[in-house]
Amino acid sequence: MKFSGTDSYVATEDLMVAVNAAVTLERPLLVKGEPGTGKTILAHEIAKALERPLIEWHIKSTTKAQQGLYEYDAVSRLRDSQLGDERVHEIANYIVPGKLWASFESETRPVLLIDEIDKADIEFPNDLLLELDRMEFYVYETQQRIEARHRPIVIITSNNEKELPDAFLRRCFFHYIRFPDRETMEAIVEVHFPGIKRQLLREALNAFYEIREVPGLKKKPSTSELLDWLKLLLAEDVPPDALRTRDSKELIPPLHGALLKNEQDVHLFERLAFMARREQRGN
Amino acid sequence: MFIDFFLSLRKAGVPVSLKEYLALVEAMEKEVASYNVDDFYYLGRATLVKDERNLDKYDRVFGHVFKGLEPPPDGEVAEIPEEWLRKMAEAVLTPEEKAQIEAMGGWEKLMEELRKRLAEQTGRHQGGSKWIGTAGTSPYGAYGYNPEGVRIGQDGNRNNRAVKVWDKREFRNLDDQVELGTRNIKVALRRLRRFAREGAAVELDLPDTIRSTAHNGGWLDLKMVPERHNTVKVLMFFDVGGSMSPHVRTCEELFSAARTEFKHLEFFYFHNCPYDAVWRDNRRRFDETMPTWDVLHTYPHDYKLIFVGDASMSPYEITVPGGSVEYWNEESGEVWMRRMTQTYPKAVWLNPVPKRHWPYTPSIGMLGELMEGRMFPLTLEGLDDAMRELSR
Repeated sequence: MKFSGTDSYVATEDLMVAVNAAVTLERPLLVKGEPGTGKTILAHEIAKALERPLIEWHIKSTTKAQQGLYEYDAVSRLRDSQLGDERVHEIANYIVPGKLWASFESETRPVLLIDEIDKADIEFPNDLLLELDRMEFYVYETQQRIEARHRPIVIITSNNEKELPDAFLRRCFFHYIRFPDRETMEAIVEVHFPGIKRQLLREALNAFYEIREVPGLKKKPSTSELLDWLKLLLAEDVPPDALRTRDSKELIPPLHGALLKNEQDVHLFERLAFMARREQRGN
Repeated sequence: MFIDFFLSLRKAGVPVSLKEYLALVEAMEKEVASYNVDDFYYLGRATLVKDERNLDKYDRVFGHVFKGLEPPPDGEVAEIPEEWLRKMAEAVLTPEEKAQIEAMGGWEKLMEELRKRLAEQTGRHQGGSKWIGTAGTSPYGAYGYNPEGVRIGQDGNRNNRAVKVWDKREFRNLDDQVELGTRNIKVALRRLRRFAREGAAVELDLPDTIRSTAHNGGWLDLKMVPERHNTVKVLMFFDVGGSMSPHVRTCEELFSAARTEFKHLEFFYFHNCPYDAVWRDNRRRFDETMPTWDVLHTYPHDYKLIFVGDASMSPYEITVPGGSVEYWNEESGEVWMRRMTQTYPKAVWLNPVPKRHWPYTPSIGMLGELMEGRMFPLTLEGLDDAMRELSR
């Protein structure tokens, strides 16, 4: 059972090793990288490739570790007691399992995605240490120990907004998704838009990497933005020539809204392109 | 197995623990890497390195331990092979420069001199006439010595699969030596928490509900309370520009940590010493200032006051009216400092200058006195002390 990418996801060699290590040693894999390089998608693709059910736990700033285990719904129990409902005698009726519990109960070994763990409170990862290590926890209300039937494949993503505690990091494998080089990028585009015109792709990639090279951009366009842009280019049927910014009257590539996401970047790019053109004329 | 590698990593400053080492051994035993050196490199990286900033160190140590390529240098300076220099120099030099070198004693002398200077040099230099770097008048600069560090014995064909991945060292610009990470700062800032319930009542208050239900003769009476929030209110004043430039990074980290930690955070900028006006946006500092009086009147006394600045300036900027380097201040910095610390009894000054250098700058001592000794170095320990002082 080895992960080696799928027909819709290009995995680099180092990523494959990291995933396989995490799968084999049954330890969580922490994935970091620029936004839009396919961190979240990775979990989906692993689930698809290994034919495992996927359980997603999206973290927000208000998420507590306990919510991943279970929550005790005291309010409905109180209400049931008022209405004389029979269910009230069994406390287990009011224990609502969280995502982690769901993944422990799964029939087959599942993939558990803990998405954007850095969004949560700073103590969040520490609160999950034991649970992720032993893959078990204790429900105090019912005096019950929940153990994982199969240790889930845990994929954790982080956008680096907060630093994670050392004790947590020691328990994980770590992979930093580097921005793909040209070759990998071509493979990725080929997977998403099979049979795209070679010339259009070449020009688009040229323009794309040129934009990424521009110093001082607030937000560099990433893979997901490139894919969106290509989709637009294909939909609009833009001829490859139009992308050659140097020759055309247009200073910035057509449909740039998909690549440059804020006004300052667009301005900066316009200014630089203008200067570059003037320089060229001077020569 | 790989004990040397493990120890070298620790020596190079990659924080690896026994647990991670054992995980690597376990992974090797389960044949995750299947006897392929590239795979082993990737596996080791995923197991032992947990922070992208350390990836470059890992690459260097890996290259050294498994190939004996080069020792990880302490600084960024590596030895430059002579041939390489010759080649570069010949390509770049003008005839006049060549003549100059002859005058210095020819190539051998030059190389000897260069080695000597490289050994002396510890950091990047720009300008100047002795050190090697860019934009200098030193003859060495012209040879295209790369101040980012020189790689030896590799040809850098990146597309060639035969080139070892760790020698590419693609992660070098992620390496950094921040000691005061945002996490650490946040943990220190947490000392300043003061929880109180305010806002909309959204949480179930169980004890009160039970009490009230019992009181109601068994009929359920739900009681809600507002969520607990950190209600500490903080006013921060940052010194900007001039001598603060080397500390920008630390200040940015402190600022971003404070920003997420405190809900009620107001911040202002000043230059060197606070006078009658401060500002919020450095780009509009000359046309959108806020009179300091307004700040004192707007925010109540229970705000905690934090100055962040190096306090390094001419003593006149503190003691004399009109001492400011930027404009004519009617009242001296001293007067304003007293006024502010009187308005806000809880106040500290965080100073990014290392504490052992404080005695050499008189203005630091003067401001320290004005702060009644509540000046702390901007280190974790200092921050911790400062927060303790504020929460007393």
